[in-house]
Amino acid sequence: MKQFDYVRPATVTEAVAAAAQPGAVYLAAGTNLLDLMKGNISRPDRLVDVTHLEGLDGIERLADGGLRIGALVSNADLAHDADFARSYPAVAEALLSGASAQLRNAATVGGNLLQRTRCAYFYDTASRCNKREAGSGCDARDDENRGHAVLGWSENCIATHPSDFCVPLVALDAVVEIEGRNGRREIALEALHRLPGDAPERESALEPGDLIVAVRLPPAASGFAAHARYLKVRERTSYAFAIVSAAAALRIEGGRIAEARLALGGVAAKPWRARAAEDVLRGVAPTADAFQEAAWRALTDAKPSGDNAFKIELARRIVARALSLAAAGTPARLPALPASLFASTSGAIHA
Amino acid sequence: MNHSISLTVNGARRDFVLDDPRVTLLDLLRERLHLTGTKKGCDRGQCGACTILVDGKRINSCLALAISHDGADILTIEGVARGDQLHPMQAAFIAHDGFQCGFCTPGQIMSAIGMMSEAQAGNDPERIRECMSGNLCRCGAYAGIVDAVLDAQGKMDETNQRRSA
Amino acid sequence: MPELNLTSAPAHLRHGSNIGQPLTRRDGILKVTGHATYAADNHPPGMLFAVIAVSRIAHGRVTSLDVAAAKRHPGVVDVMTPDHKPQLAIDPEIKTNPFVFRMEALQSNEVRYANQPIAVVIAETLEAATEGAVLLAPRYETLPPLVGLDAGESFVPPVVGVGNPSEHHRGDVEAGLASAEKRIDATYETPPQYHNAMEPHAIVVQWDGDSLSVDMPTQGLKLSLARIAELFGIAHDKIHIRSPFLGGGFGSKGLMGGPPVLGIMAAKLVGRPVKLVLRREQMYGPVGHRAPTRQRLRIGADGAGRLTALDHHARTVSSTFDDFYEPAADASHTLYAAPAIRTSHDAVRVNTGTPLFMRAPGEATGSIALESAIDEMAWACGMDPLAFRLKNYAEREPISGKPFSSKALRACYEQGAARFGWAKRSLQPRRMRDDDGLLVGWGLGTATFPALMFQADARAAIRRDGSGVMEIGAHDMGQGAWTALAQIAADAVGLDIDRVAFKAGTSDLPDAGIAGGSAHTATAGAAIHSAGAAVIAKLADLATNDERSPLFGAGNAGVIAREGRLIRRDDESRSESYAEILARAGLAEIEARGTGAPNPAAMEEYAMHAHGAVFAEVKVDPELGQVRVSRMVGAFAAGRIVNPLMVQSQLFGGMIWGLSFALHEEAITDRRTGRIMNANLGEYHVPVNADVPPLDVITVEEHDPHVNALGIKGVGEIGITGSAGAVANAVWHATGVRVRKFPIRIEELLTQR
Repeated sequence: MKQFDYVRPATVTEAVAAAAQPGAVYLAAGTNLLDLMKGNISRPDRLVDVTHLEGLDGIERLADGGLRIGALVSNADLAHDADFARSYPAVAEALLSGASAQLRNAATVGGNLLQRTRCAYFYDTASRCNKREAGSGCDARDDENRGHAVLGWSENCIATHPSDFCVPLVALDAVVEIEGRNGRREIALEALHRLPGDAPERESALEPGDLIVAVRLPPAASGFAAHARYLKVRERTSYAFAIVSAAAALRIEGGRIAEARLALGGVAAKPWRARAAEDVLRGVAPTADAFQEAAWRALTDAKPSGDNAFKIELARRIVARALSLAAAGTPARLPALPASLFASTSGAIHA
Repeated sequence: MNHSISLTVNGARRDFVLDDPRVTLLDLLRERLHLTGTKKGCDRGQCGACTILVDGKRINSCLALAISHDGADILTIEGVARGDQLHPMQAAFIAHDGFQCGFCTPGQIMSAIGMMSEAQAGNDPERIRECMSGNLCRCGAYAGIVDAVLDAQGKMDETNQRRSA
Repeated sequence: MPELNLTSAPAHLRHGSNIGQPLTRRDGILKVTGHATYAADNHPPGMLFAVIAVSRIAHGRVTSLDVAAAKRHPGVVDVMTPDHKPQLAIDPEIKTNPFVFRMEALQSNEVRYANQPIAVVIAETLEAATEGAVLLAPRYETLPPLVGLDAGESFVPPVVGVGNPSEHHRGDVEAGLASAEKRIDATYETPPQYHNAMEPHAIVVQWDGDSLSVDMPTQGLKLSLARIAELFGIAHDKIHIRSPFLGGGFGSKGLMGGPPVLGIMAAKLVGRPVKLVLRREQMYGPVGHRAPTRQRLRIGADGAGRLTALDHHARTVSSTFDDFYEPAADASHTLYAAPAIRTSHDAVRVNTGTPLFMRAPGEATGSIALESAIDEMAWACGMDPLAFRLKNYAEREPISGKPFSSKALRACYEQGAARFGWAKRSLQPRRMRDDDGLLVGWGLGTATFPALMFQADARAAIRRDGSGVMEIGAHDMGQGAWTALAQIAADAVGLDIDRVAFKAGTSDLPDAGIAGGSAHTATAGAAIHSAGAAVIAKLADLATNDERSPLFGAGNAGVIAREGRLIRRDDESRSESYAEILARAGLAEIEARGTGAPNPAAMEEYAMHAHGAVFAEVKVDPELGQVRVSRMVGAFAAGRIVNPLMVQSQLFGGMIWGLSFALHEEAITDRRTGRIMNANLGEYHVPVNADVPPLDVITVEEHDPHVNALGIKGVGEIGITGSAGAVANAVWHATGVRVRKFPIRIEELLTQR
């Protein structure tokens, strides 16, 4: 690990100023950053430790019915917050399907949003990687890429975003509150992560010094609580990143889908909102045929980036499954194996 | 640049001058405080051997900078027993052969103790398996680990009930 | 270091005798309190930290290292390179005996595989040494690497495994295939796998003049000591190795590899104690692995489902600079009564660290292919897989024609099948579902592993106070040597286990042989047994030749040793305690040595193997292809069981390795660079707790008078054999898809809906 200066600002304003310098990065729990630093993928000159900043670790129910989650709330604290889990069950399920209990205890909400890809070539500093080193090339294109992107990729980068948490969040129209050099602003989570295009090194809409201070769920997000699931196909029963995952949330009124929300994980450089699929579900009955149609629509633009054509079919199938499980109703209690296919039997219709 | 920090480690306050901000909690415990019960299996948050409790919560100490945890209350495997009296979880690991080589064991036990206070798994073996999946055991002692957790939880519940009765 | 203080666990279950009792681990308290001292836990005064820099290319040479940059980093003391290092007494390329493998000790700038050590940075802190290794920023001249099972011209290796011929024949395989009514011709692939013991390889070294003190995990204390002695040109008695606990070995800590040698060199270079610990990613190269294989099985059967021929060919790889050949095809020697059997191997060389022994070398890779092929043939014959195996049950070892020293496999099949409920299995695949609609599959695999014996010595003593001592440089890598061998020791000297000081784990003790081949309990146990018998015989001599003893005139054969007393066999009222005998003789202690060794006559006459039958149930999502094992039953017959609790744990562990072989483990190599792209525990998947279902082990009673004095066959490796095939066969039974490339991946199971 490269030598670095350690700075512990007293206020958000101080933090933003300190982190706006070249070579500076924020340190929250460090569960991803330290891993990257130990692997020499990231070699910052300055760590700006925000863990001691006041006011960023609360979960606040807003007057308009929305929810504001401080960026320093841990993944575990959020998932285990009973009110939160009741109102946004797919988000809680996604959180608990990620990493391990130890990592979830440490990792923060803000850090989860900004975690880096797990592409092996990004991690292997002897390989060419446009994300790690702009313009160097992409060694993932021609070899081990069965886990790589099938949506939104470019010739320059086929990496995926590894977060589970972000998938239902983006489906629920989460908003990110950012403190920057020019004060506070907010953007849709969907706009936070960038597709690679010709600049895969630019992963997000954040500018130097920008600090995510909160994630907000709008009032409508809790309207899906009765019919919301997150499902994740992976190579171990637990403690593994998704090959493909899906978050599905439905608002069912009078036997018809009033509104559907759908997003995919593990398929692109960002959590992938599938709006075209949502559109075909609006106003129709929640049937297997409708879900098949939606699954097909969700992957219309997919194309393999290597030995990963199977992910397209897998994604279609998981979308259909997630939708049908959501339609069956959110289980009364979170399954023993969150987001697992081996706990996917639906419970009673959520009251 | 030197940084002064203080930690409570297994109940005792310790003040240090850290000459290097790169030191993780794991390396601080092992190489500077010589509390070597906490193990380094991967150093990347992928095996759980370094699990300790920080402010009551289980975390991977390999991915935590010591300097960022100024003021924290740390419990390691060395602080779990009371003198010669083993913690019920420790005794249960022996009784159920919840380990073979023993290298992952401190992390497993700290993780199990942390899991109990999270109160998410209860007595459901499937939930225990899921909640203990952050601790790899290459020898394959998982069956004994689950049995040990169930046993220790049962004994501790009994004790608590007796106390409150 | 203080003498290891083993404490009896509070939960000890004791019923009076020693062998056969499920004692809990005698090192249990040390392990659950964090006080068990593994190599990297040592910290002698003045110690420095050494960190290895490894090659990022697989073939070529290092053209430059920025030593100055590393040295500029605060705290860096020195950088050891091929140009700046202590000289070794002999070239480590010289193979001085068959158990010496070539290692990288900075002899040259040549690079033979990715992750090969190319320099060592030594610093005051771990942080400085780690960053110093990065700052070396090596430059390379890169040559094209040889990668994969088709990397170049294949050749027939002279031997496979440890000295096995690479080809075996019995009967006429081609004729057998030609006459067959059903034929299977199938090719299976297994990937490179890495041991990944939880404890990374570590060494703490202190030189004192020409004396050397070493803490390191080793499965072979004396072999390591001899290798260090020859490499550094020092006498054996100047070297002391402590290895009281291994944090897992699985074969990767059996023979002296390059990294610990670099640690010893580094300490010599800087003149201070040094600790060197491999980083996890550095364990994918210089410390061995299981080689990949491609295995073709051709099997013939007649109309009644009897095998007519079995032809098993395995392609494997070795490194470009040394020879180890995974003896995969040899798995077909012992199990099925084909009248014609041929096994053969060929190999290519690739730019990899030399493959080595990894838990059940040969048997694990060969077994998953053989058990899959046998399952395919059972289906081709329209037979239940168990019925097919019973139909082809070998009453004599098929390859040699020898009788078995003992073989309770039939009982394993019966008891395992009954416990599992095998009779309810559908013959057709993809016919069983659970309440949740998941596909359910049941699979069977037969387990086998040879009952090996190596050579060992032990020293036993009885002390004036009537207590016993047993000394043997045995190794506990988790299998439970501290406990099981102490149980044998206690019975050997006729004492309660708490009255015997059992010493193991250091190089100054008698040679226990290597802890491998599932032979350690048998080998070390035989030495202990014989040392105990010898010291009791001496004690009996003292008593029976002394007319003041109540045992006078009994003769050696006429007494038995029990609970610290010698007792006349023909008159139990006449006895004398050990303490009384020694006191009268005026002796502080009486000692004797014993050896354990294979019996060549018995080996000539008998085939000696442990056996087992593993039944697995998997659940597979019919549309999404993810697999989970939901239960496993293993029934094993492995001779005498010294400690049922630890044997069960060993077998559980083996079964989990089998599950992992079928579904999880694979090192992924970039075909262009030869670098392993998942050299970590996040992406090289070993099973987590949630992957492991309820397991059930049955140990079938088996008495074997031929394998060794104690009748022990060993259980360390057999659990993986059979289990891998059982899981693979269960996946086929669940899905109807026969996957022949392991591990089984989700994409293989994404069948048409």
